[in-house]
Amino acid sequence: MGTATAQSDDITETDIVIVGAGPVGLFAVFELGLLDLKCRLIDILDRPGGQCTELYPEKPIYDIPAWPEISGQGLTDRLMEQIAPFDPQFQFNTMVTALERLEDGSFLVSTDDGTKVSAKVVVVAAGGGSFQPKRPPIAGIEAFEGKSVFYSVRRMEDFRDHDIVIVGGGDSALDWTLALAPVARSLSLVHRRDAFRGAPDSVNKMRALVDAGQIDLHIGQVAHLSGTDGQLDRISIKDKGGDLVDVACTRMLPFFGLTMKLGPIAEWGINLNENLISVDTEKFQTSEPGIFAIGDINTYPGKLKLILSGFHEAALMAHAAKKHIAPDERIVFQYTTSSTSLQKKLGV
Amino acid sequence: MAKITYITHDGTQHAVDAPNGSTVMENAIKNAVPGIEAECGGACACATCHVYVDEAWTQKTGEPEAMEEDMLDFAYEVQPNSRLSCQIKVTDELDGLVVRVPERQA
Ligand SMILES: Cc1cc2nc3c(=O)[nH]c(=O)nc-3n(C[C@H](O)[C@H](O)[C@H](O)COP(=O)(O)OP(=O)(O)OC[C@H]3O[C@@H](n4cnc5c(N)ncnc54)[C@H](O)[C@@H]3O)c2cc1C
Ligand code: FES
Repeated sequence: MGTATAQSDDITETDIVIVGAGPVGLFAVFELGLLDLKCRLIDILDRPGGQCTELYPEKPIYDIPAWPEISGQGLTDRLMEQIAPFDPQFQFNTMVTALERLEDGSFLVSTDDGTKVSAKVVVVAAGGGSFQPKRPPIAGIEAFEGKSVFYSVRRMEDFRDHDIVIVGGGDSALDWTLALAPVARSLSLVHRRDAFRGAPDSVNKMRALVDAGQIDLHIGQVAHLSGTDGQLDRISIKDKGGDLVDVACTRMLPFFGLTMKLGPIAEWGINLNENLISVDTEKFQTSEPGIFAIGDINTYPGKLKLILSGFHEAALMAHAAKKHIAPDERIVFQYTTSSTSLQKKLGV
Repeated sequence: MAKITYITHDGTQHAVDAPNGSTVMENAIKNAVPGIEAECGGACACATCHVYVDEAWTQKTGEPEAMEEDMLDFAYEVQPNSRLSCQIKVTDELDGLVVRVPERQA
């Protein structure tokens, strides 16, 4: 972390930047909101909920106090409802890449889309790390990544007139098959089995393109990549019977789901302990004053990776963050049940 | 109760007594069988508990359900006898079960 002064005009300002919109980041908005602190949440996913909505939206959770049973999606929806009065700002599809401490002690947060946010306090609620595309188990694929193997499509034009191979059986694979078929020189979809997880409508459209001879469908697994200097020219597909089929390929898009990686957090100059952020259990502050860490990403003696524990951490962190921002202000401890001033903030 | 043998990629055998109703994944974790990660704790949401069921046992363990098939798409080197071990429930029927742990989990 370096020290600098904020200069550019296109910097969004907020009291608190929360890195990660999982359940714990979401609940932090509530606790911080009661103390009049405005939050902006940044997440690489395209929606709130973190692991709850990405990994188990429909599975029941049984250990949320007072909810004998609630699904990952249900919990997220409830949290969104609960924090709505505080009008949090969300920035999705965005990875927080860097943190810089400014001369006045506040922070400048940089993201992978080039936007910057200035904040008095940063709360890292990054869970198991940022969700990133899984690398498929194909030998030597690293050498082609970023040159002819991509895990997302930023500009369709970059794929025009290429021999495109898309690997996977979910919605991303199907959606991009349909979208890129018209611009590709050739397009092959490769999937391990002849059943697709994606929306039935997309599956039908894909099969229609196959029947019309506009794209090829290969049932099998990619076994081998060939090319030079990162540029693919062909791949071999091992079909069900174990035979190898060669397919021309100058652009490959594997869609193998997401995995959590610590990502850029490791470079933010805060003390880590086995890829987790060390915090104290009074303030949940990291080794850097003004940077807090709550939820699955932090570690301290006795830590349990439970949503419930993350909620507790959020409450204590909020008070510490308020003191960090306004050291001279006296914080009056109040209950939402009886405090008219808290109820006014909640709009009830 | 069933005896389950896990054979890791280097050929080491780990024999474990597994109580009925538990899963093949849970017994691997409890007994620290290397190579089974089970990141999601058995929710069929991670595909890091992938095993190959010994050919002699595939009948008894049965076919994966649709959700498991979907998750297997994300596993490494999937074969016809691939299963997610968190989705195999132990019964007396499975006494003697042999599963192989793949070289790596996704
Ligand atoms: C299958 C399964 C079942 C579970 N069941 C339970 C249960 O029954 N009870 C329970 O209490 N817990 C359960 N858990 C654990 C629970 O889901 C986690 O404790 C909880 O999600 C942690 O919340 P979080 O907000 O700390 O992090 P997460 O939910 O992991 O969210 C973190 C978010 O931060 C984002 N992020 C990280 N780094 C960056 C970055 N640099 N830039 C942008 N975004 C970033 C990620 O994309 C992610 O969306 C379960 C987990 C799994 C996988
Ligand atoms: S433990 Fe995650 S799928 Fe089995």
